[in-house]
Amino acid sequence: MALLLDIVSWVLLAAGGAFVLVGGIGALRMPNLYTRMHAASVTDTMGAVLVIAGVMVQAGLTLATIKLAAILLFLLITSPTSSYALASAAMLAGIKPDAGSAADLEDSP
Amino acid sequence: MKVLFGVFLLTLLVITAVAIVRTKNLFVAVMLLGIFSLLIAANFFILDAADVALTEAAVGAGISTVLFLGALALTSEHERTATPHRLLSFAVVTVASLVVLYATFDKPTFGDPNAPVHQHVAPWYLEKTPEYIDIPNVVTAVLGSFRGYDTLGEVFVVFTAGIGVLFLLSARRGPSGRRQTAEPPGAAVGLRHDVIPRVVGRLLVPFILLFGLYVQFHGEYGPGGGFQAGALIAAAFILYALIEGEEQTLRALPQSALNALMVGGALLYGVVGLAGVFLGSNFLDYSVLASNPVSGQQMGIILIEAGVGMTVTGVLLSIFHAFAARDRA
Repeated sequence: MALLLDIVSWVLLAAGGAFVLVGGIGALRMPNLYTRMHAASVTDTMGAVLVIAGVMVQAGLTLATIKLAAILLFLLITSPTSSYALASAAMLAGIKPDAGSAADLEDSP
Repeated sequence: MKVLFGVFLLTLLVITAVAIVRTKNLFVAVMLLGIFSLLIAANFFILDAADVALTEAAVGAGISTVLFLGALALTSEHERTATPHRLLSFAVVTVASLVVLYATFDKPTFGDPNAPVHQHVAPWYLEKTPEYIDIPNVVTAVLGSFRGYDTLGEVFVVFTAGIGVLFLLSARRGPSGRRQTAEPPGAAVGLRHDVIPRVVGRLLVPFILLFGLYVQFHGEYGPGGGFQAGALIAAAFILYALIEGEEQTLRALPQSALNALMVGGALLYGVVGLAGVFLGSNFLDYSVLASNPVSGQQMGIILIEAGVGMTVTGVLLSIFHAFAARDRA
């Protein structure tokens, strides 16, 4: 049983790590601000959920799991909001969501 | 494993530091400084210094980034390049780093139990805290009681910084017409037109305040205390200012209340210290505050931590409002 839990947790952690890696590569390689944000949001959603789920399996039915669930809830509420605020600020600043154009790479912060 | 992780974080820290020095864009530098603080907070945490990590994350990564951005809004985004004396600065840096490197040879190795820091007063604190103060968090006992003078000094440093910034930034008020940002007028009053951040922000503010109070009053039992709590409560009000605008925040917590918090916190600390003198003991000796010396110590620590929290909240919010008012003028 302990071995099974370990395997489940390691699979979750490894999958989460893979999503974080993919998100990082995407944030580096995508052509403009909005596509980069799209790539980076993978780390916030799939990456964070899978990593925290993996740690929760490791922690078992303890207080730590409840704290991790609270952290997960917090992340699931705040990270889409911050992504939205960032995209909205970029729109207000006049960056056009033009997929494929590399023009806004230079002035995007 | 811990050492490996620590070395990894320190390597990232060096990379971030080099990037901060290299970048000419001040906005990027501010963001990198936030990352730097978060990395060093993680490093403190794996060294088991949870209190310091919490302070660094709340103050270094959170509030100072906001204050830097507030300062940046008043100036330009790009660093002005001075004509550097490259040879001279290279020589200074080389000599300084050689001296620092030489100094590290005398330092004890990482985790050495015979290091002076583990031999000097730390064992005494660890041994006597349960007897004298009887709280689980020795860091709070050291900070509040054993080294109460140092914390008093820190509170007055924060207080002095606050009044200094207020003097500098509120010296010239009124319409000066040097507003060069091309924002639409609606953007000045926060994110009123953006529904999602507004709803989520309003949802989060009470929880952040509650967490701030928890960190404030749980400092005797877990990591936390006045400095961290002050930063968290200030962060909640700054979030409120971002979503509802400056005016609304100043209506909820006016500048006069902030001044009262600033002065009141520092005074509370000093008065608790003086109360020890008047009750027949030394300055900042809390044992005489109650009939039982141990509960007197606990009461003193709770009171001075409240003073610290009040001053830190008042100063951080005053600085934030001073920057924001300057931006609006």
